[in-house]
Amino acid sequence: MKKVVLILAFIGLLIVLAVGTLSQKDYEPTTLIKLKEKFTRTEKPSVDHSKFAVLQQKFISPQQVTKACESCHNLTAHQVMNSNHWNWEREEYVEGRGVIYLGKRNAINNFCIGTKGNEESCAKCHIGYGMDSKGKIYTDSTNIDCLVCHDNTETYAKAPEKGGLPLMTLDFNKIAASVGKPKRSNCGVCHFFGGGGNNVKHGDLEMAMFEPSKDIDIHMSVDGVNLQCVDCHTTEQHNISGKVYSLSSMSHNRNNCEQCHTETPHDDDILNEHTLKVACQSCHIPTYAKANATKMYWDWSTAGKLNDGEPFIEEDSLGNHSYMSIKGSFVWKKNIKPDYIWFNGTASHYLEGDKIQDTTKPLVLNKLNGSYLDDESKIIPVKIHVAKQPFDPVNKLLIQPKLFADKKGEGAYWKDFNWLTASEAGMKELNLPFSGKVSFLKTEMYWPINHMVAAKENSVQCNECHTRNDSRLAGLNDFYLPGRDYSTVVDTGGKWLVILTIIGILIHAIIRFFSYRKLGKEVSK
Amino acid sequence: MIKKQFYIYKSFERFWHWMQAILIFFLAFTGFEIHGTYSFFGFRDAVRYHNIAAYMLIILIAFAIFWHLSTGEYKQYIPTLKNIKAQLNYYIFGIFRNAPHPTKKSVLSKLNPLQKITYFSLKVLVIPLSVTSGLLYIFYRYPSKHGVEAINIKTLEFIAIFHTVAAILLVVFIITHLYLITTGDTITSNLKAMLTGYEELEDENDKKINEPKLSTQNLD
Repeated sequence: MKKVVLILAFIGLLIVLAVGTLSQKDYEPTTLIKLKEKFTRTEKPSVDHSKFAVLQQKFISPQQVTKACESCHNLTAHQVMNSNHWNWEREEYVEGRGVIYLGKRNAINNFCIGTKGNEESCAKCHIGYGMDSKGKIYTDSTNIDCLVCHDNTETYAKAPEKGGLPLMTLDFNKIAASVGKPKRSNCGVCHFFGGGGNNVKHGDLEMAMFEPSKDIDIHMSVDGVNLQCVDCHTTEQHNISGKVYSLSSMSHNRNNCEQCHTETPHDDDILNEHTLKVACQSCHIPTYAKANATKMYWDWSTAGKLNDGEPFIEEDSLGNHSYMSIKGSFVWKKNIKPDYIWFNGTASHYLEGDKIQDTTKPLVLNKLNGSYLDDESKIIPVKIHVAKQPFDPVNKLLIQPKLFADKKGEGAYWKDFNWLTASEAGMKELNLPFSGKVSFLKTEMYWPINHMVAAKENSVQCNECHTRNDSRLAGLNDFYLPGRDYSTVVDTGGKWLVILTIIGILIHAIIRFFSYRKLGKEVSK
Repeated sequence: MIKKQFYIYKSFERFWHWMQAILIFFLAFTGFEIHGTYSFFGFRDAVRYHNIAAYMLIILIAFAIFWHLSTGEYKQYIPTLKNIKAQLNYYIFGIFRNAPHPTKKSVLSKLNPLQKITYFSLKVLVIPLSVTSGLLYIFYRYPSKHGVEAINIKTLEFIAIFHTVAAILLVVFIITHLYLITTGDTITSNLKAMLTGYEELEDENDKKINEPKLSTQNLD
């Protein structure tokens, strides 16, 4: 009787355990409900700018609008002129270099290479007017372009190659009356087109994000919570949170998912444990460049071919430029599985004038630091952009060529198609030596993928990483990953131990079978 | 020699044995899927089922330890070197000549010396290795999750490898075990005994009179 009770008690315990663990908790975590409530509330602005007298005057230049803004917002210019968007550089401390000033002003990338000497063209994405290579505008607050960020009519547009000035045909009064919080269109007009076209640079920021569907981005989807950029990139005194590591190297002022979703957003404990070493983006952004292709490879070395003395353009099957005489050849890709790396929030950059140590390997322009053993590091998804770009094989320096000029004869590559004169003019602008020799070097840039978050049903599944074949994390080999890794010695040894055991048993069984038969026959005789 | 039915496996013992058999088989099946040897449930479900079965096995082991200690049955597993050679000889030669088992099974001594040493090492080496490495596998992140850096375990590699080694040893044991249960008096007599609890054995009292020398060996 006692035994029966004991066994029944044990079975009862097992049932309770099994029911407890197997039953699905299908309610949503409360943080998610709170967030949905927060972001579906519509915010009413506290002022209507169209009623202000100072904005009723007839504006004929954008600087007049800025003056009108500053007549009320009289301390704001100071904030803006301290921002990265204005200065195109920020103070950064880098291990081994000390304090440096890093930004668009002086960094080298592997797209259009650099801004120096090309300011008039590049300043189409500067929040100021009248930029040139002398940098005069940085001290004059009437050159602040308030409208590019605060226009809510979606009609404001900068003119090409005018140092940041807008098209003069715009209705400045209508635009000034509309101003408000920046929308996706305000940020996107620059950030979606970096590198000279839609989705050239980021891969996860492109014009499909103006009005994305849920398939493109679960947060910003117009049929969903419809988040604007500044809902996550919270801003205080014109200092916008979040950064891109093509130009940043310190782990501060970062934006992350945890600021809304907490560090343990899942029902499942095992998934929550992943957040110690895996960034949210790694699982929740299974692919990027979902709507339009992004540039993966840029070969400057093939630039300069001309048709009857004229530059030309070729397109690939998706309608993207595959060749441009002014830039070289490109490879574009769509729906890309990211690469994965360890990242602790710090980066080290190739800076103008750095000697290249090893010209046989691809040069990484922004090395993202991190490793498994580093407690600050997490696995993040990245786009790796590869390029072949001009470098000086004698001085071992990357060349920043002069690309843009109004007319021929100033050395600009986009007019004259001559690497020697373009390199000479460009390096002179930088005060760097040029040997007179131009060669091409393979370079890489790492772009963290943070946008185009998928619905939770579409996130990366366990077995896409925890597998021996074609794991998403196949490139990260400094740690043991269950399902992917194993000890060859143990596995091979174990396999042979099992095989030999089975063979031994079979032999034993066969001998037993025949000897019994023989014995049986003898007995029957 | 008179043979009689003896009740040698108590009901809890049988329940424990079969429950353990099911759990270990299931753990091995899901475990080698997690290991990447094949895929069946899918990684996520395999992990989930593996963990549930692991907790069930741990509870079962706790009950079994209590049972063995409280009934004194643990004494059955204390290894002895006596007759090991005879038992080995039997499996290598005697069995083919239909020789009798060198050690006689009885209620007080259910296990032959080879079984004793095998089950003993399972109980003190392989199962503890498997359970400890398994628990570490589940919980090795807890210190760093709660900010206790001092006892933080940095890498899973050794934990995982020890867990695999224990699993392989268990698989080899099960294969051998499955074959050796056919070496009883008849091919199915051992299996029947573990299912019903009863096995036909020689009567000790009867034997003592007829073959006193042999019977003393078993009573040790």
